[in-house]
Amino acid sequence: MKRLAAALTLAAVTLTAPPALAEETATPVTDFTLDNGMEVVVIEDHRAPVVVHMVWYRAGSADETAGTSGVAHFLEHLLFKGTETMEAGEFSRVVAENGGTDNAFTSYDQTAYFQRIAADRLGLMMQMEADRMVNLQLDEDDILTERDVIIEERNTRVENDPSALMREQMGAALYQNHRYGVPIIGWRHEMEALDLEAATSFYQRHYAPNNAILIVAGDVTPDEVRALAEEHYAPIPANPEVGAPRLRPQEPPQLAERRLVYRDPRVAQPYLMRRYLAPERDPGDQRTAAALTLLDEILGSGQTSVLNRDLQFDAQVALHTGSYYDGTSYDTSSFTLIVVPAADVSLEEAEAALDTALANFLEEGVDADQLDRIKFQLNADLVYQQDSTQSLARRYGGALTAGLTIEDVQAWPGILQSITAEEIVEAARQVFDAKQSVTGYLMAEEAADAPQQEVSQ
Amino acid sequence: MKPLFAAVFSLFFAAPALAATDIQTVETPMGFNAWLVEEPSIPFTSLEIRFRGGTSLDAPGKRGATNLMVGLLEEGAGDLDARGFAEARDALAASFRYDSGPDSISVSARFLTENRDEAVALLRQSLVDPRFDKDALERVRAQVLSGIRSDARDPDAIANARFDEMVFGNHPYGSQPSGTEESVGALTRDDIVAAHEATMTRDRVYIAAAGDISPDALATLIDDLLGDLPETGAPLPADIEAETSAGVTVVPFDTPQSVAMFGHAGIARDDPDFFAAYVLNQILGGGGFEARLMTEVREKRGLTYGVYSYLVPMDHSALYLGRVASANDRIAEAISVIRDEWRKMAEDGVTEAELEQAKTYLTGAYPLRFDGNGPIARILVGMQMDGLSPEYVTTRNAEVEAVTRDDVARVAARLLDPEALRFVVVGRPEGLEDEAPGQ
Repeated sequence: MKRLAAALTLAAVTLTAPPALAEETATPVTDFTLDNGMEVVVIEDHRAPVVVHMVWYRAGSADETAGTSGVAHFLEHLLFKGTETMEAGEFSRVVAENGGTDNAFTSYDQTAYFQRIAADRLGLMMQMEADRMVNLQLDEDDILTERDVIIEERNTRVENDPSALMREQMGAALYQNHRYGVPIIGWRHEMEALDLEAATSFYQRHYAPNNAILIVAGDVTPDEVRALAEEHYAPIPANPEVGAPRLRPQEPPQLAERRLVYRDPRVAQPYLMRRYLAPERDPGDQRTAAALTLLDEILGSGQTSVLNRDLQFDAQVALHTGSYYDGTSYDTSSFTLIVVPAADVSLEEAEAALDTALANFLEEGVDADQLDRIKFQLNADLVYQQDSTQSLARRYGGALTAGLTIEDVQAWPGILQSITAEEIVEAARQVFDAKQSVTGYLMAEEAADAPQQEVSQ
Repeated sequence: MKPLFAAVFSLFFAAPALAATDIQTVETPMGFNAWLVEEPSIPFTSLEIRFRGGTSLDAPGKRGATNLMVGLLEEGAGDLDARGFAEARDALAASFRYDSGPDSISVSARFLTENRDEAVALLRQSLVDPRFDKDALERVRAQVLSGIRSDARDPDAIANARFDEMVFGNHPYGSQPSGTEESVGALTRDDIVAAHEATMTRDRVYIAAAGDISPDALATLIDDLLGDLPETGAPLPADIEAETSAGVTVVPFDTPQSVAMFGHAGIARDDPDFFAAYVLNQILGGGGFEARLMTEVREKRGLTYGVYSYLVPMDHSALYLGRVASANDRIAEAISVIRDEWRKMAEDGVTEAELEQAKTYLTGAYPLRFDGNGPIARILVGMQMDGLSPEYVTTRNAEVEAVTRDDVARVAARLLDPEALRFVVVGRPEGLEDEAPGQ
């Protein structure tokens, strides 16, 4: 049973350790760059006449200027409005009329737009995506209505969910200077002030072929993709104003452990979360991140993990435990631990048990059998993931927009296999530094229980 | 090349070849029937097993027993305790997922070709010989109870529960499958054993596989896996008509955004007008931005992030449901717009352009669902449970294409009932008064 744990960590947890493609696996990957600087990755999978077409921009919420939080995501919504040649809503309508599905998402380091569609419609997708890369036309009505939509989106994702509110507070406390401490969707008061100028300014600063990566996965050849990309994307000139080095405010040395309590009457199940700053994958330098990826598996992934064993099975102080780490990040990432205490166990007691478990782990080191199992599973994932070129495409897009190279992506599985138990413990010692951490308690308000009844009038 | 994809796509691109043979039907020596799509190019197999009945087979007074039992299947089996079982599964890099719903229990397994026999032997233990150890029972019970308490503070879960209760009352569909704190707190190990024997039986199992396995190997695997299950289980529940009345039920809850569930009776999966209803729903409230509800509530007025409607055909009833969420001071307007659209569709049906657009989307999107071994195995099991034949994958799009404007108008008039459209709103909605059913 791990449904609740998954729900609690939400944005955090899917599968913790995403290994990327090993060169020895069967899926062919090709890459090249257009003259205007647009990078292209082609992932071939000829089992079905379908393609995934994605354009990723090296621009996410962490690239926003102070005071405009949420504008990267707002702009993502607005890209479904019109251009000089397409009316508002036409993009999605044309995709649907061709039997495809489309969507987009925004994260800290990237914004991506994608469609899944029959392979012979790829040219049409490129034509439309190239169009909205530079020809977006926005008016005041679009802005006002869509701003209401993103505020309702914030209501749905955050305001109605105490766990999400707690995560925002945790992020803001963990990052003292970096924009990773600002929510992707934006702070509400800044979202309410987003206007045409803010959206246009972000668009002009970040949307250009030399700041974009095209990924096509599915039933296509690299030559076909190259010909279509030359036709649709190559004519857009590079914009020298765009794609400069991403100079973001960096963290100062962190000197003080932070603690916070978020109380909300809607909380039925208290829990604690701790986040530490943690190194990310860097080009040509991925070993520490790989060790942390394995540490994440060892400590908090599933029923055979250390925290599960110590806190749920042995001490029986927790209902759920978990950890989360994703090293695919442009700047300093984080390592997260979660404990949901058992009934009658206080958050303080749960935290003490967590600290004991971490100390014991650092003392005792890595269980060799467990590490073997995890490495075998990571290898097996290379087999399983051949069945989903779409997730492979996402992995490439995420890594490339986080500053990594194709070589880094392809070296990653081999690096994971080569990490030793000693490197894992060393990485843990480095990361579990209280001064670079925040510990949060999510709690109900005392005497908050108003019974729900229907109103009778 | 996946044969199934080829078959499906040949329709999409109007090429002839029907290839129903690409879904192989396998009858095992012990008499189980399974469907298989053989895909040897990647050395693993996805196996999907479902048992009809699910949580609706809970014995009287034992609400939550099936849900808890299913949560315990991976918590120890045969000579392995919970951790031993998990370690053995991880060492094989296999994945077993167990889930339950009002109409079925599902088991989704994925295993490598290189250690298939060991993986299946382990999976078999969890299905045939689960231990239901006392410590595991208490551990998972505590997790379930925590989930029940959390649901009581979650606006979506509150809306669901209230809607189900209002529509289905004492029928199993009327209460939540996880049970109540009282019912789950009182469950004993005997209750769990009884739930296992009542629900996971040979007479109501459906099986499909996709991946690197031959029909013969699959037949042997299935007999090994399921042959020792009990022959027959508890009787299925009775059918029930969904009855609602127009109006709003308000469940006061302090949260900034009101969540609304809405709907009334739906249409059965085997109804001759099901496809017309399916096309109708795509136009009214299906997934895309093009749907009328999305256009009117979100795109034109910015009242919500998402508004959807969906057909819910169940084994013993049918619902037509929708969901929307808007800030407390805007939900009344969202509901008013939805009501207008419901009535408009009931009276006027759809335009030719809308119909064509919906059909192109639905027929084009159908083959995209067959996206890997796991999804294929799940689709094949779903088809079996719906009483469809393997040929359905090649005829389904033709059935969508055959829907006419008159069909949609007929089913709109029959299905959409503004006089029965009930909204359950959880939040502090402004300008909405609670109207108890029957007022």
